[in-house]
Amino acid sequence: MATTKVVVDPITRIEGHLRIEAQADNGRISNAWASATQFRGIELVLQGRDPRDAWAFAQRICGVCTVVHAVASLRAVEDALDIKIPPNANLIRNLTVGMQFVHDHVMHFYHLHALDWVDIVSALKADPVKAAAIGQSLSSYPLNSVPHFREVQEKLKKFVGSGQLGIFANGYWGHPAYVLPPEVNLLAAVHYLDALDWQRDVVRLHTIFGGKNPHPNFLVGGMASAISLSDLTTINSAKLAQIHGLIQTAQDFVEQVYWPDLVAIAGFYKDWAKIGGGTKNYLACGEFPEGDIKDTSSLYFPRGIIKNNDLSKVEPYDHQGVAEYINSSWYTYSGGDDKGLHPYQGESTPKYTGPPTPWKYLQDEKKYSWMKAPRYNGMAMQVGPLPRMLVAFASGHKDVVPLVADTLKKLGVGPEALFSTLGRTAARGIETVVIARRLSTWYDALVKRISDGDTRTFDESKWEPSTWPKSAKGYGYLDAPRGALGHWVEIDNGQIARYQCVVPSTWNCSPRDGQGQLGPYEAALTDNHPLKNPEQPLEILRTIHSFDPCLACGVHVIDATGRLITKVTVR
Amino acid sequence: MQGAGRSPANSLMPEKTVISPPAIPWSDDAPLVEQLAERGVSRREFLGFCTQMAVVLGLGSIGAPRIARALESLKRPSVVWLSLQECTGCTESVLRSGDPTIGSLVLDLVSLDFQENLMAAAGSAAESALASAMKENHGKYVLVVTGSIPLNENGIYTCIAGRTAKEILLEAAEGAAAIIAVGACAHWGNIQASKPNPTGAVGVSDVVKGKDVVNIAGCPPIAEVVTGTIVNFLTFGKLPATDSDGRPLFAYGTRIHDSCSRRAHYDAGQFVERFDDEAAKKGWCLYKVGCKGPAAFSPCPVFMWNEHTSWPIGAGHPCLGCTERKFWDTMTPFYGRLPNVPGVGVEHTADLLGAALAVGALGGVLAHAAATGVNRLRARELPVINNPPPPPPPSSPTPTPKA
Repeated sequence: MATTKVVVDPITRIEGHLRIEAQADNGRISNAWASATQFRGIELVLQGRDPRDAWAFAQRICGVCTVVHAVASLRAVEDALDIKIPPNANLIRNLTVGMQFVHDHVMHFYHLHALDWVDIVSALKADPVKAAAIGQSLSSYPLNSVPHFREVQEKLKKFVGSGQLGIFANGYWGHPAYVLPPEVNLLAAVHYLDALDWQRDVVRLHTIFGGKNPHPNFLVGGMASAISLSDLTTINSAKLAQIHGLIQTAQDFVEQVYWPDLVAIAGFYKDWAKIGGGTKNYLACGEFPEGDIKDTSSLYFPRGIIKNNDLSKVEPYDHQGVAEYINSSWYTYSGGDDKGLHPYQGESTPKYTGPPTPWKYLQDEKKYSWMKAPRYNGMAMQVGPLPRMLVAFASGHKDVVPLVADTLKKLGVGPEALFSTLGRTAARGIETVVIARRLSTWYDALVKRISDGDTRTFDESKWEPSTWPKSAKGYGYLDAPRGALGHWVEIDNGQIARYQCVVPSTWNCSPRDGQGQLGPYEAALTDNHPLKNPEQPLEILRTIHSFDPCLACGVHVIDATGRLITKVTVR
Repeated sequence: MQGAGRSPANSLMPEKTVISPPAIPWSDDAPLVEQLAERGVSRREFLGFCTQMAVVLGLGSIGAPRIARALESLKRPSVVWLSLQECTGCTESVLRSGDPTIGSLVLDLVSLDFQENLMAAAGSAAESALASAMKENHGKYVLVVTGSIPLNENGIYTCIAGRTAKEILLEAAEGAAAIIAVGACAHWGNIQASKPNPTGAVGVSDVVKGKDVVNIAGCPPIAEVVTGTIVNFLTFGKLPATDSDGRPLFAYGTRIHDSCSRRAHYDAGQFVERFDDEAAKKGWCLYKVGCKGPAAFSPCPVFMWNEHTSWPIGAGHPCLGCTERKFWDTMTPFYGRLPNVPGVGVEHTADLLGAALAVGALGGVLAHAAATGVNRLRARELPVINNPPPPPPPSSPTPTPKA
């Protein structure tokens, strides 16, 4: 059979604008290209700004993972200015980032990924009594009841019957790759709707500490939400009780709904543990400092590199090994497009060389994406929940190892099953369980400190620019829901001279580099990957969604010269 | 159609279920209230929703029956939602919409025929859903836009399905009955349009000419302002009254400073001098640490965020002024103090913005709107002092007496 050229654009149920092109032969994908099709240039906008403002600008890189760019930016500026935040502020940031993980991963599973595995139309044929029984056999979730399941099914029937299918219109319903029984489809459909209510609730932890979500507020040097047990407006006993309740709500849903659903559905799709592995190198920069941010041994999730699927060895990670290449990206480097640049030397002058719109194909172009290609010591790396869990597992993490082992046992597969599309989705669930449990530890530590009389949330010693060195540079890392994130900042005369981010989706969605190495999306799509019907690219969605793409995050630019954009008078 | 189309030609698939939007979504058969009842939404819940929406829209509870009558007779109208150059924060915000009953009702009220973040279909199946919705509901659908439109380099900085954001927007705007630009990006271009605006980003009303565009300001806006605007359109058949910048008056007619729960502290000269000081713990006014509430028009203090949980100033951080055009350039440094809004208990002479507003409040809605519009423009032009002069000596806040 001849090679078929495939274009999937837009890839929906992601953040941002992603185009996947592929070539398919005899039901298999033989080649793939990932193109980021949006560019905003926020790092350029950051130049010349007050470094204390940077978090708010950087935060607007993404409204889905809405806290991680803000906190990575704070850490970069605090690293540059040598600011040590009070332990309470670190705990509040851990709670905030931790809840972002839990919120984000659950929403990803139900609202972005589930429809790749769950056939909503099939759920209409389910027996709600049997479906509720399956739910009850999985967990003690109180809404796994016949009346609730029946009510949701009736709602869906009326919805479909109205002929107005809204977001479910034109789905690939009935595709032979959907293999769940109707009852399991109904179970997932019910929990899709339950999760919509749940997410609205638990995210309020961000609102208590940061005033709103999306885009809660942060502060260089700590947090702005002051603690006082004897005042009405700040973090007091009532707010702490509310936070405690939200953590409980988050944990209950993860343990009783998300995790059991994921394991149950995975059991029907075990063939996907052999599909879509791709890039065999994994990078985790580590997350959740439980002591000083510079003491990487205090990270709850360890940092490290795993090469070539070898779990017997974890190598150290050093950000100096990161370089970005633009051989396939619509940028130009002053020293030539073939060199890789470390973020401290990073430059990105946009230079579009693609065809005029409307595009037919980009796969024949030398350059085909707004995404750069970051490499670690020259290697393409996967980042995200799977690399994090692999590094933790291989490092003997006390909370991760038993859960990974238990999951593999339940599914009857070996560790090699983790190197796959299903492995990425399962690792996200494992990580969510572990973090949801850890929220209680951070909450208890915060309460203990407060009860011992420490209410400090802000270090003001380096707030005034007069206390800053004439020039400084800093690195802020954060292993975000979608993977390792780095912000690099240079400060000159109280202003940002250079700002650079290397973002999870930049790693995973990277195009080819000068060596011809495929980026992780591309490599996964060409690793034992089916595509039964190019007209209905359901399998492509499964693998791409297993990475949880976040495209606005991935694309950025910094001006090569670090020139000032605005001049600000300091009085 | 491109390679991933859903044409049955060469399909390896058995016959599949094809689901497409209905021909005429707004016909009077199968009224909404019946459909809601069939979906387990009681009339009482429905009327409760109408009452809340009436309050949101500033009609008072007496407006509820009118909203109910208007909504009851409709089938779900088609909503086409375009995500252009943006961060998806506005969509996330709308997903947090209000109390759960309101959220589920809004899902039931409209037919969301194209929304990239949530829709099942991808590739040309998604394109086809968009094309059908626009064709079959031509002249009737509500167009919601998040994200800006980059114009430099012929718009290649944002492409979807191989076409530029500008082209997609113009096509969708042509057949729209109403256009709602949600969030600062769609409003005026937002952060990517800030200096030096590398991609030439602009807002919806800069591209779509000859049609009214309502701007739901904010980065992001509050969910209920978006749902309130849609309900306003469904109820009255037109977009809500706006200020000179296209922002609905029901939400953006009041300065944050005038509705702020910390306003009494401003009037009493009680200020936070440094984050985490005693005054911060007491929830005093954040003006001296950079609050832009005196220059920002927004319903934050009234509607609050995330089911009335809190709001930025309530959580101890100064307002960034994110509902105002160009706020990344005019309201920064964010921790710099606004000039010309002198403090300490001399409000009636010092508060220039508030004075005009007071006239408006006395003079009725029109005068109010005009005054706030004028003062908003003035506020925009105010430079921000980078480093406020050192605070006056020992202004250590005296704790308010306690029982």
